[in-house]
Amino acid sequence: MKSLEELREIKDRVKEDIRVRQGQDEARIVVGMGTCGIAAGARDALESILDELNKRRLKAVVTQTGCVGICSREPLVDVFMPGQPRVTYGEVSPSRARQIVAQHVANGNVISEWALNVSESREE
Amino acid sequence: MEELALHLLDLYENSRAAGARCIWVNIDEDTTEDRLTVMVDDDGPGMDEQMRASVADAFVTTRKTRRVGLGLPLLAQACEQSDGYLKVTAAPRGGTRVVAVFQHSHVDRPPLGDMGGTLAIIVATNPHLDLVYHHCYNGQECVFDTRRMREELDDLPINHPQVVKWVRDTYRTSIQDLRGGEI
Ligand SMILES: Nc1ncnc2c1ncn2[C@@H]1O[C@H](COP(=O)(O)OP(=O)(O)O)[C@@H](O)[C@H]1O
Ligand SMILES: [Mg+2]
Repeated sequence: MKSLEELREIKDRVKEDIRVRQGQDEARIVVGMGTCGIAAGARDALESILDELNKRRLKAVVTQTGCVGICSREPLVDVFMPGQPRVTYGEVSPSRARQIVAQHVANGNVISEWALNVSESREE
Repeated sequence: MEELALHLLDLYENSRAAGARCIWVNIDEDTTEDRLTVMVDDDGPGMDEQMRASVADAFVTTRKTRRVGLGLPLLAQACEQSDGYLKVTAAPRGGTRVVAVFQHSHVDRPPLGDMGGTLAIIVATNPHLDLVYHHCYNGQECVFDTRRMREELDDLPINHPQVVKWVRDTYRTSIQDLRGGEI
């Protein structure tokens, strides 16, 4: 494997790099990675989410899930802020993805315009 | 699906959803034989004979019904359009093996695409699973192995943003170099 020594450098460099908001639970972001999600651009949306979190030095748990049956609204992104109900966003383009991080994850402001109605989003 | 890298993300999701802990990917490109092969093995529960048979010819037989999956038929279609085929068998380690074969030079073969991006996303969202990726181009090899990464990183998680960025940047470049600049 190439340049494993670079990984060692990263390890030494980032040990206490990320600002952890003490005493707070982390936000959780779940991206739909079923076939329809991927075909609709979920990989690029996820890449934008990661990049925006990184730029803002925000910590969040980002995971993937399969098809949830709302294929026409993919890419779908769920945001779980600590203590708040889930918000599901639909048709998440890379630029929407960045806005979701900037407004919702960073500042707690739900972007209702892009959120699915409660009846549209899936059951837990 | 426009890239083989996206099909791979889709196969990965199948393995993850089935409960695999480790996924082995082998991509072999041989331009002399004019063949590109993508092989994905996992250590999940596998599929029974009937299931394997039905996912394999879902593309031919069941376009009207909806309960058949979408991912494997789409991949089968991509293979067949480029004079190849898709095969689903049992993996030697247990679990499932998916083999997708394409004619390398076929105009309809999807491009490899952003494999560095796919590897980065996989590492970012699945820090507890392992991925062993071998990519061979006319005998030259590029390897990505999360188990080796863990050894280097000790207790730093492999989904740390800086590590994910390293994966994306390093493998975008090295896979492109491996393939002589082609994407
Ligand atoms: N790696 C795997 N291990 C076990 N079962 C699998 C695997 N890949 C696919 N399957 C089974 O085959 C079905 C069809 O897969 P696919 O065509 O990708 O559609 P989908 O993932 O949307 O169901 C899956 O629902 C699953 O039951
Ligand atoms: Mg699938």
